[in-house]
Amino acid sequence: MSLAIATGATTQRNWLEKLGPGHIILGTALVLYPLVASDFFLTQIGGYSLIFGMLGLSLMLLAGYGGMVSLAQITVAGIAAYAIAILGNANSNILGLGWPWWLAVIAAVFAAALASALIGWISVRTEGIYTIMITLAIATATYYFAQQNYAIFNGHSGYAGIRAPAFWGIGWRDAKPFYYLCLGLAALTYAAVLYGSRSTFGMTLQAIRDNPRRMRALGYHVTAHKVFAWLLSGVIAGLAGVLLVWFNGRVSPGTIGVDAAIDVLIIAVIGGLRHPIGPFLGALVVVLMQTFAIDIVGAERFNTLIGMVFLVIVFVSPDGILGLWGRIKPHLAQESLRPGP
Amino acid sequence: MSLLDRPSQTLSSGGMTLRQAWGVVGLLAAAILAWLVFAVWPDWLNAILISKKAFVSAILNGITLAGLYFLVASGFTLIFGLMRNVNLAHGSLYLLGAYIGYEVTNRTGYWLLGVAAGFAVLAIVGVVMQVFVFRRLEGDDLRQTLVSIGISIVAADLMLAVWAGGTYQITTPEWLDGALTLPVITAVRSNGASVFLTYPLYRVVVLAAAIVIGVGLWLMLHKTRVGMMIRAGVDDRAMLQASGVNVHAVFAIVFAVGAGLAGFAGVVGGSALSVAPGEDVRYLLASLVVVIVGGMGSITGAAIGALLIGLAEQIGLVYFPTYGIVLTFVIMVVTLAVRPQGIMGKAR
Repeated sequence: MSLAIATGATTQRNWLEKLGPGHIILGTALVLYPLVASDFFLTQIGGYSLIFGMLGLSLMLLAGYGGMVSLAQITVAGIAAYAIAILGNANSNILGLGWPWWLAVIAAVFAAALASALIGWISVRTEGIYTIMITLAIATATYYFAQQNYAIFNGHSGYAGIRAPAFWGIGWRDAKPFYYLCLGLAALTYAAVLYGSRSTFGMTLQAIRDNPRRMRALGYHVTAHKVFAWLLSGVIAGLAGVLLVWFNGRVSPGTIGVDAAIDVLIIAVIGGLRHPIGPFLGALVVVLMQTFAIDIVGAERFNTLIGMVFLVIVFVSPDGILGLWGRIKPHLAQESLRPGP
Repeated sequence: MSLLDRPSQTLSSGGMTLRQAWGVVGLLAAAILAWLVFAVWPDWLNAILISKKAFVSAILNGITLAGLYFLVASGFTLIFGLMRNVNLAHGSLYLLGAYIGYEVTNRTGYWLLGVAAGFAVLAIVGVVMQVFVFRRLEGDDLRQTLVSIGISIVAADLMLAVWAGGTYQITTPEWLDGALTLPVITAVRSNGASVFLTYPLYRVVVLAAAIVIGVGLWLMLHKTRVGMMIRAGVDDRAMLQASGVNVHAVFAIVFAVGAGLAGFAGVVGGSALSVAPGEDVRYLLASLVVVIVGGMGSITGAAIGALLIGLAEQIGLVYFPTYGIVLTFVIMVVTLAVRPQGIMGKAR
């Protein structure tokens, strides 16, 4: 894409066309959003949705293109979050090694990617629906381990007092910079997934999803491709984990609990697993519900509401909100094509 | 171990076969275990394994916990094996059974009535789930699983609404209270008197119930007509349907038995341990790991898996408290690495 910008005005129009009006409008709106939004809407809605959208995106990459539905995405993000806390400056009494932030971030994302690849390597030994069971078992076991272990995870209380760093003269903890940080990373990962899905690797992965036996017979290393997809998804989840720990300022076993693991799945499924925009859409819907549905049903019964919405979406539209849109769109197009009376 | 390293050589030279070698290893292990349980330990062994009492208690706790895990996981594995339906609401069924058992026992005063209610109500819930929810999504594994996740979220929240966040304990009847003195000497006092190990009677009864139900399930699967249909369905559902069997009736029966067993286990487990929110996740994890390790759709596999996981959990609890869960995890990973379909699972 950056090449296209460099090669003059004619190709620039092509580049704009390639980007599509939808992306341009959405991008402009998101960039201008801080002008109208209060700090609350900027971080609690905007930033939070983008972070969970990235988590959903890491699942969408696996489930949508690879056919592997994972419940361990929050675990991978949690590993990055814990790594930031342990390597950086957490004001809990144990650990907090005080590495510079950029080194800690690189190490955290690397650790997350590695953990994700490992989880992938374990779970790709079986096929289909088994993945969901194995990843759920891994996520739950990690949660209990983090809760019981004090030497590394600091047990029930976890780590607190983690701050987003200040560099280039900007305190990234403030609302606007943090929003732009989330937006930048989300846009980057979104574009990467969109681009990657059309690359040779992306095509191969989708072919493996559709027919692993044929791909194996054609000479492709099916396991290696799947594990590499897990690694890439781990990078995205790891980045989201870093943002999440900066956003919350703390990380505890509750962050990586089973509820959170299922939340990520709900977000991805409600949004839709066919296109990378789906998880972000789902995240926005869920975060908005989380924030405002409390007024309607009360804070206690929120899970019933979200569970019901999830059930309805799964029953009515397997492809989530995107699927609904996909179903309505042809009708709208038909309407406009019809000759007038 | 040298016997195991050279199985082919011993075969060709007319010595022991691999099977016999395993038999010898098994016998040796059994002998060592029997000695560990019944002999009075020398001091060096006590020094390594904390104390004989701790060790034998961990083993016994592990086995009784395995009984409970088996009850929960056998339903899970039956449902999965026949319907390819990963019912992630299975933990919720356990917890609901426990709450119902608590209510019934508390109101009527009869514990056995509570146990029966736990089984019966959950069996009905299971049939309702199968008929009204899962049958509509037949053949779509992923959506069935997603729906079961949705159900578990809603169920957990509604149970929290009804029974709040407190911890309940189902009171067991008097004839199940008390302790059993086992013929196991834990120590010898300085005056020469032996100290025998005592163990709660209730836990022994739970184990016995699990064994009886396990044998009963096995007999049902292998000796009755319905069992034959179920096994045929596990192997080839389409063929079973083609030969004129009403598979939906078979599915409903299996779901009723599976969910009922989860409810039964809920009451039994709620009497031994406690009933609280979050237990659903714990028993779901146990079922998942037991079934992954033991092999999907196999009752024997569920028994072996439950025994491994129960023992690992309790021994881990005694000897490396904060890393206990890792032991469970390692068992799962090693099984997946060596035998992805599980110990008793069939490769598909």
